[in-house]
Amino acid sequence: MSSKGYLLQESDLLPLSLGAALLGTGGGGNPYIGMLRTRELMRKGAQVEVLPLDALPGDAFVGSVGGIGAPVVGVEKIKEGAECLRALRAVEEAAGVKVAALISAEIGGANAMEPISTAARAGLPVLDGDGMGRAFPEVQMSTYFIYGLEPWPGAIADDKGNVVVFKKTVDMYWLERFARHIAVDMGAGAGFATTPMSASFVRRVAVPGTVTQALAIGRTILTARAKRQDVVGRLIATTGATLLFTGKVTDVRRELKGGFAIGEAALAGFGDHAGAIGRIAIQNENLVLWVDGVPVAIVPDLIINVEIDTGEPITTEVLRYGQRLAVLGLPAHELMKSKAALEVVGPKAFGYPDLDYRPLPYMAASPTFESQRSAR
Amino acid sequence: MIRIGIDVGGTNTDAVVMDGGAVLAGVKAPTTKDVMSGVVAALQKALEASRLPASAIDVVMIGTTHFTNAVVQRRDLAPTAAVRLALPATASLPPMVDWPEDLRDAIGNHTYLAHGGNEFDGRAISALDEAELRRIAADIKTKGIRSVAITAVFSPVSTDFEKRAGAIFESALPGAHVTLSSDIGRIGLLERENAAIMNACLRDLSKLVMDAFRAALDKCGVKCRFFLTQNDGTLMDAAYAEKFPVLTFASGPTNSMRGAAFLSGVSEAVVVDIGGTTSDVGSLHKGFPRQATVAVEVGGVRTNFRMPDVFSFGLGGGSHVVDGPNGVKVGPLSVGYRLTEDALVFGGAQMTTTDIVVAAGRVDLGDKNRVASIPKDLIARTEARILEMLENAVERTRLSPEPLPVIVVGGGSILVKDKIGGLEVVKPNHFAVANAVGAAIAQVSGEVDRVYALAEIGRAEALADARAKATQAAVAAGAREDTIEVVDVEDVPLAYLPGNATRVRVRVVGELNVV
Repeated sequence: MSSKGYLLQESDLLPLSLGAALLGTGGGGNPYIGMLRTRELMRKGAQVEVLPLDALPGDAFVGSVGGIGAPVVGVEKIKEGAECLRALRAVEEAAGVKVAALISAEIGGANAMEPISTAARAGLPVLDGDGMGRAFPEVQMSTYFIYGLEPWPGAIADDKGNVVVFKKTVDMYWLERFARHIAVDMGAGAGFATTPMSASFVRRVAVPGTVTQALAIGRTILTARAKRQDVVGRLIATTGATLLFTGKVTDVRRELKGGFAIGEAALAGFGDHAGAIGRIAIQNENLVLWVDGVPVAIVPDLIINVEIDTGEPITTEVLRYGQRLAVLGLPAHELMKSKAALEVVGPKAFGYPDLDYRPLPYMAASPTFESQRSAR
Repeated sequence: MIRIGIDVGGTNTDAVVMDGGAVLAGVKAPTTKDVMSGVVAALQKALEASRLPASAIDVVMIGTTHFTNAVVQRRDLAPTAAVRLALPATASLPPMVDWPEDLRDAIGNHTYLAHGGNEFDGRAISALDEAELRRIAADIKTKGIRSVAITAVFSPVSTDFEKRAGAIFESALPGAHVTLSSDIGRIGLLERENAAIMNACLRDLSKLVMDAFRAALDKCGVKCRFFLTQNDGTLMDAAYAEKFPVLTFASGPTNSMRGAAFLSGVSEAVVVDIGGTTSDVGSLHKGFPRQATVAVEVGGVRTNFRMPDVFSFGLGGGSHVVDGPNGVKVGPLSVGYRLTEDALVFGGAQMTTTDIVVAAGRVDLGDKNRVASIPKDLIARTEARILEMLENAVERTRLSPEPLPVIVVGGGSILVKDKIGGLEVVKPNHFAVANAVGAAIAQVSGEVDRVYALAEIGRAEALADARAKATQAAVAAGAREDTIEVVDVEDVPLAYLPGNATRVRVRVVGELNVV
């Protein structure tokens, strides 16, 4: 074990999955199943070390894997288990390299756990970071591709042993398109690996510390519940989030466009927001929050709905009338706010030409990797 | 129509006789170990109180926590084989993977993964391997297991795999109880499988309990049909309930909330049901309990049943009252069903909340001289503490800032004075037997939860199909077709899938068809 990292414990998995669900900003799928899969592997003796982004030599390679498909399939057709590992081995072979660690493309939701369970199978460490710092619906919306990663080779694998390698795709949109189609043919629950990245590139472009951040968020929620504290208050105090709105869901509209759930939720304010109307635009994830018609939080900043009493993250699929929510805002990482990034993940990229991105202010520093390590 | 509602709780068996909307009689008798004698006692008392002959009864509805308690207490559970049709998918998580170890051990931890199951669009994951299933059946036979739960991936979309496998197990294991997950649950493999396994392990017990109910009715000369209430407050007939005991889970809180709404005539309210040991608080919307949105655990096992969103806390009529340096402590310890022996007013040695209420002069129970020495100051502080506990529970359950009334029911209702947190308190007549009333007024429901490809059939047609299937299910469960109403429609497009795959859930309820 490297002196710089920490070993994930079985008891870390539940808080980690809860924190990942919160960072999913309404999307990303439920990490519960992935958490159980990783726990099974750990109970059979597998170990996973979490390393800071700068732990590897610059010329080492880092793999990125994740599930691709539909969240509802993920809770019904549970994975065989080695889908992502088969996809990873296929891209390694196609690229002619071996990876020394794995990293998540998307810390928000189910794909937070996928690299960890694959690392547990492969005996590899995971890096403490990801390509979004949240969840987004498409492959190209990660910092890896925004900051110039070649989109090839890529590979996708199913439960049955089928593996498809994308030898050459001219850009990431083609990769996304092909992978999405094949994923559906594979039953909408496949393992996906993108091209191995150099460790020096990852160090430069990955959103740092997000595995530790998810773990800390989950611990905050679970501890506050156990101590019967105000969970939302504790989240705000420890994560640097802002309480944007408190309200009861009065309407949820959903429709489907091109495979994505597009919709809007309306909230009637209570507490400090009594009398105000909240409106949240949804495209798998929460994209924009308006209060009384004024946009107060805009993608790529994180707009997070939690149940007000329990702090349970509420995904857009289970949003429904009568739920009492606290809407939290968490600033996106600087890497997600550059001009290049906003072209891919800003409001205009999601079909809001009239909205200009205005960043949420940072309220406080989140827990760092160092404080996490010293806590052990 | 003359109906009898019976609620078999852990402590008391309550019975009410109702003529249409009027409660003719409401009685309580202690629950007995054999279930039957307690039901007979309650039934006889109820008939006597109502002055009606047994022949006048048109229908009997029974709510019971017996099966929930069996799982929670890990008793009377049959060794059960969990068979999943899914390979190669799902190999990473065997059945019962997230169960508490003691419950898994209680039913033997017999799990089998086999080929079969569907993709989301109905294609097969792999073909059914009959030889493989026969080998599994032979192993189950060798182990002497007589309960089998079969779960196929995406069986709510297509039940074919589970039915074919079920037929194989039934022929290889004559007399065994086979539960198919598609008969019980909805999408969500582990939760549906959990429900199927719990159902299978309760099948021996359900035979005993249903026989006890039949024998009790017989003994009292009640010859009509009888029904059991399920978790959503609706009915299933006795034969169906014997096959699906798991569907009675959480029917207790649902019945008491429905009964509270009925007795008070209030349909938007917070309901507090105060028993001997704990209180349940939930909220009513249109006379039905608000449903929980997150996975509900029963005995430590995740399920995706429709369950009322109920908050339980340790306050009841038998709660211990202990004064100490940090103030007065009320509950969670309780004398429970031993109230009439252990409480001070009944000659016992434990100070309880009931003693405080008697000492305060609000209720006349037992011998009030035995509590005459309790200091005024302790009475006041205990009453303040009880009110604080109730206020906290009501506050966390309220759905809106509007001043809703609080309906208080259950035997422990004597603990409540006039207001809770500034909200008006309603104590309806027969408040002590609200759960039995809830059982008596239960309706019949049918539900469908399926994935439709809207690119193929269109939304209106998909909803109509789901409505028709839900109606069929309700009629099969005993509803009168002309009374059926749709109470819940939910269509959720499935993200990241082409063909506009949409999950449609429709629930209908209707009045019981009494022949």
